[in-house]
Amino acid sequence: MSKQRITVALSGLNNIDSPGPGIPVIRGIKESELFEPRIVGLAYENLEPGAYMHNLVDKTYKVPYPSDGVDSLMNRIRYINTIEKIDVLIPNFDAELYAFMRSADLLKSMGINTFLPTLKQFEERHKANLPEFGEKYDVKVPFSKPIASAAEINNLNDELEFPYVVKGKFYDAYIANDKDQAKMYFHKIAAKWGLPIIIQEFVKGTEVNVVAIGDGKGNTIGAVPMRKQYITDKGKAWGGITLDDRSMLDLTHKIIGETHWRGGMELELIRTSKNELYLIEINPRLPAWVYLAVGAGQNLPEALVQLALGQEVKPYTKYDIGTMFIRYSYDMICGIKEFEKLSTLGEL
Amino acid sequence: MKFKKNVAISETGFIFDPSTGDSYTLNPIGMELLNMIKQGIPFADINSAFTTKYDVDASSFERYYYDFVATLKQIQLVEDYE
Repeated sequence: MSKQRITVALSGLNNIDSPGPGIPVIRGIKESELFEPRIVGLAYENLEPGAYMHNLVDKTYKVPYPSDGVDSLMNRIRYINTIEKIDVLIPNFDAELYAFMRSADLLKSMGINTFLPTLKQFEERHKANLPEFGEKYDVKVPFSKPIASAAEINNLNDELEFPYVVKGKFYDAYIANDKDQAKMYFHKIAAKWGLPIIIQEFVKGTEVNVVAIGDGKGNTIGAVPMRKQYITDKGKAWGGITLDDRSMLDLTHKIIGETHWRGGMELELIRTSKNELYLIEINPRLPAWVYLAVGAGQNLPEALVQLALGQEVKPYTKYDIGTMFIRYSYDMICGIKEFEKLSTLGEL
Repeated sequence: MKFKKNVAISETGFIFDPSTGDSYTLNPIGMELLNMIKQGIPFADINSAFTTKYDVDASSFERYYYDFVATLKQIQLVEDYE
């Protein structure tokens, strides 16, 4: 069977110590039996490693941050599309999803397909809305409260005991053992990711995760549970292993079934000593460890491309248990000319 | 004592619990003991076999045995244990 030639544009090329999902998503798509992809990287920074990984990324374009405005981002995409004729666009950062979800129709009019959560799905799973999400869908969640000022930490005594978790709206989480620590983390995260900051009950247990895709009609196209075996000081997995855990899969099917989740997702869960599963976060995109799912037999990036193209996708029903990933760092050597080209022309 | 379903025990002494992702290693003597427990051999017979084969007295072995079994329970490789 001949493979379908497509052009896929992706962001998240920051394959650094706290990696974006771009490169693992690209690896999945490039290993597809169905597609022969041309990969167009969308980079926000000149030093995103993916831009220089020419074996994986055919061409990279700098794009403006979504905080510069949706219009300037879309104008840039429009320009890139005139050259590349993009078939599918996969945004891989939480912080840019809103801009791309809002612009899904505009992208479609340019001939660019996406497969993203709806704005409602995106909003209701937000960390700040987790208690309501838990109540609505009958899922165990820790108590969470969004706050907009460090002074509010003084008034949390009645609602929360230490330790608790101080979280950014998109990224970062720290465990605070007292008010001073909580305030320090509040300012640290707010300076980076803005407000609100979410204060969340600390649930003691083992962190486990699921990567999954929903078809937007309530069906789970694929799901692979994993436990991090080695966690970096930034809380990122450096090694992980697929698990045989029916309860995690049941929870994933329930959430996707009831929310009619559309697109990739990562469930962050805590399994307590009483064997209860608490949902602590839903990330509305494929995670950086998604290549583990590919290695375990579920090519979820490929499935995401198929869904974006409106193709019928047969749900995955199995994966290899005990498949591991071990992340590593690798120094690429690049000429200054390449860096110069991306820095000055915005293309490489 | 019933071992948890799906726990994989290889001849090399590598034990993998697929529900938690945890893995453990046992030395050859540990494997020998584990295999006897898995076969349901009563403690008295295991004690007798070990004290005959190895340089260990019965009371020391009993202590090591229950230590070993308690560890199996603690890491949840066995489902029930009295």
